[in-house]
Amino acid sequence: MTDTIEPTEPLEISDTPENALSWERTPYDADDYGPVTDWATDLDHADPGYNPNAPEVWKELRDSGCPVAHSDRYGGMWAPITHEAVHDVAYDTENFTSRSVVVTHLRPGDAAIPAPIGVVPPISSDPPFHGMARRLLLPPFAPKQIEPWEAEVQILCRRLLDEMGDVAPGDTVDAAVQYAQHIPVNVIGRMLGFPEEDEALFREFVHNTLETINAEPGTRRDNFLKLDEYLDKQVQDHIDNPREDLTDYLLNVELGGEKLSPEHVRGSIVLLLIAGIDTTWSAIGSSLWHLAQTPSDLDRLGSEPEVMTFALEEFLRAYAPVTMARMVAKDVDFHGCPMKKDDWVLLPFPAANRDPRAFEDADEFIIDRESNRHAAFGLGIHRCLGSNLARLELKVAIEEFITRFPKLELAGDVTWSAGQIRGPRVLPVRILETT
Amino acid sequence: MRVHLDVEKCQGHNRCYALAPELFDVDDYGQAVLIGDGDVSADLEAKARLAASNCPEYAITISD
Repeated sequence: MTDTIEPTEPLEISDTPENALSWERTPYDADDYGPVTDWATDLDHADPGYNPNAPEVWKELRDSGCPVAHSDRYGGMWAPITHEAVHDVAYDTENFTSRSVVVTHLRPGDAAIPAPIGVVPPISSDPPFHGMARRLLLPPFAPKQIEPWEAEVQILCRRLLDEMGDVAPGDTVDAAVQYAQHIPVNVIGRMLGFPEEDEALFREFVHNTLETINAEPGTRRDNFLKLDEYLDKQVQDHIDNPREDLTDYLLNVELGGEKLSPEHVRGSIVLLLIAGIDTTWSAIGSSLWHLAQTPSDLDRLGSEPEVMTFALEEFLRAYAPVTMARMVAKDVDFHGCPMKKDDWVLLPFPAANRDPRAFEDADEFIIDRESNRHAAFGLGIHRCLGSNLARLELKVAIEEFITRFPKLELAGDVTWSAGQIRGPRVLPVRILETT
Repeated sequence: MRVHLDVEKCQGHNRCYALAPELFDVDDYGQAVLIGDGDVSADLEAKARLAASNCPEYAITISD
């Protein structure tokens, strides 16, 4: 008779990483996530005061000589805000792992898919696996594969504008709810071959993943189960009825002579779906928000459409929507900060883009800024995979909106998102002129 | 003028191809590729400078 040790079921939530899917450093207490008292020592990007005022928060931190803010929230989090510090984290894959890129109360445990693969490859992967997983996904998002989508995005934007009905000068429309939020979700849903009528569901998944980061952990777990269940159904449908789309591509592509594991396929779909929606939706919304308040820039784009080459990048620099995150891989002294293994590190590329040491007149929007090394799509090996698609969507969405409505102004209170993706969720604009 | 591309630094931001397609192409993975041997004709010098000053990874350099 031999003794066999039954493998124990991994714990869903533990207070240590060992044999756990996820773990918490400190027990969850909703009271820990109250209003921020001090941005330098208590930063919380999910605080309702952060995203609407983020450029002022970064300026305050920079001016007070704090290149790296800290918070005890989320079990310990650092937030570098200068271009140099953000760059240094992004380039240092030894000390900072991408194992999880969304800061939440819970951390991935040892029983979750570990580095170097991670749960949603390749964004959650570290070298050397990262390079292989990324190489699989680069071709479908390369410029020459994305360019042909321009006509489709144009048709989509025009349809959304048509669906606003008869808009007369003086009328108010919501540029986020009626326009921006529908554009990327529609495109990525089509690329993945998912039902168009599930658009609202995809937005719900995105909201649950990215905006409820300090919610009670059980709620988040239930939401993820719902997402996994939905994707398993879609993947099965693709297995049963093969067709030419990204899901099929992931099911058939080979890595080292073998097809991807079901977890890898699902993880990459989660990445494409979640990362491709509210990011670009936010960029479109922020750009229209800017134009609604800056008639001179709106007129310039109308009278001189070729300025869009530079304007597009300036929208991306000044209103970059995406803050990424890393986890500290091993204890490290970073820019004088004693970082401990498993601390969170926010990577606010939008803050780097506003650093006056990296950009002249950084807090000014200069529509024809010619030299613009902005980091809206990240720096280093994790450069946004969908950047070519995002740029295309942003450009066409702005062009179509201002062609239809050449003059507009803000018409009321704007509601901003909460968390790592920054952009307007409610954006009332008054149309002053139509074509 | 000569333009240089460090393919190790390039992360496929695609800024050079967008701004100076006469000097840069992109491959099937979206990585930048230098067209020709890096010699820049006088009429393309401004575009070469533009490509260099818009690369987020500092992968493009110019020499005389």
